[in-house]
Amino acid sequence: MMNNKEQMLFDIGIIDFVLVDLMEYLDTHPFDQAAMDYFNHYAKIKNQMVKEFSQKYYPLTKDLAESNKEWRWGSAPLPWEGVC
Amino acid sequence: MWAYEKRLQYPVNIKKSNPKIAQVIISQYGGPDGELGASMRYLSQRYSMPYKEVAGLLTDIGTEELGHLEMVGTIVHQLTRNLSMEEIEKSGFDKYYVDHTVGVWPQAAGGIPFNACEFQVKGDIITDLYEDMAAEQKARSTYDNILRLVKDPEVCDPIRFLRAREIVHFQRFGEALRLTQDKLNSKNFYAFNPSFDRCSDCND
Repeated sequence: MMNNKEQMLFDIGIIDFVLVDLMEYLDTHPFDQAAMDYFNHYAKIKNQMVKEFSQKYYPLTKDLAESNKEWRWGSAPLPWEGVC
Repeated sequence: MWAYEKRLQYPVNIKKSNPKIAQVIISQYGGPDGELGASMRYLSQRYSMPYKEVAGLLTDIGTEELGHLEMVGTIVHQLTRNLSMEEIEKSGFDKYYVDHTVGVWPQAAGGIPFNACEFQVKGDIITDLYEDMAAEQKARSTYDNILRLVKDPEVCDPIRFLRAREIVHFQRFGEALRLTQDKLNSKNFYAFNPSFDRCSDCND
């Protein structure tokens, strides 16, 4: 069973995968309105989720690494050690 | 420039080490059809691409390949965590261990170090896109071969994800080739090299 943190990171991975796949599709189909609508919808959700995750647990990007007392970016877990 | 996201593109959580299979999978890190070659190929070919949409696609796929490189490195790392000296000797991992301990270094399964000659930047859009399509298929075949050797579902799962991405990228490069040919002389695609030649009637 995944805990809340793991579940959230897993969901961010799924949503980002949608965005990566759509981005590459749109690179060769730049006028596909339906694909763009889909992209716009999920891009908004991903941004919200990454912000929320970074506030609750640890920053996923340096732009969200605002810190106090301890440098949060440096204390985040390493992706290659598993779980995330 | 690039921005790092502190997470893998697809989860890798391998609990059971297996130095024998790590020596096979490392080929997709630094082998002839691996992810290092893939990312360097696309990110280097961009500069001589005459069409913005194709250069953009190479940037985006090249960037995704860097994420795949990180995933393969993670698989190798997790397969070689907490090894005993006995396991290292028995599995044949000793030949790698003597030079790299359990660090991750770009080499092919047979021990050949990574080399830029694994890929080409020809500076000709048709040549480069055909190479890219072939590269995706070669990587797909390598993942198929790996899947025949791997039994652990925790290893198979991320490998299957990577294999599927090769097929999608093959499709995208095929579309880029079609977009390119639409811009060329349909009677002779090779009349000039749009990455290099400058003439008044070949610039649209």
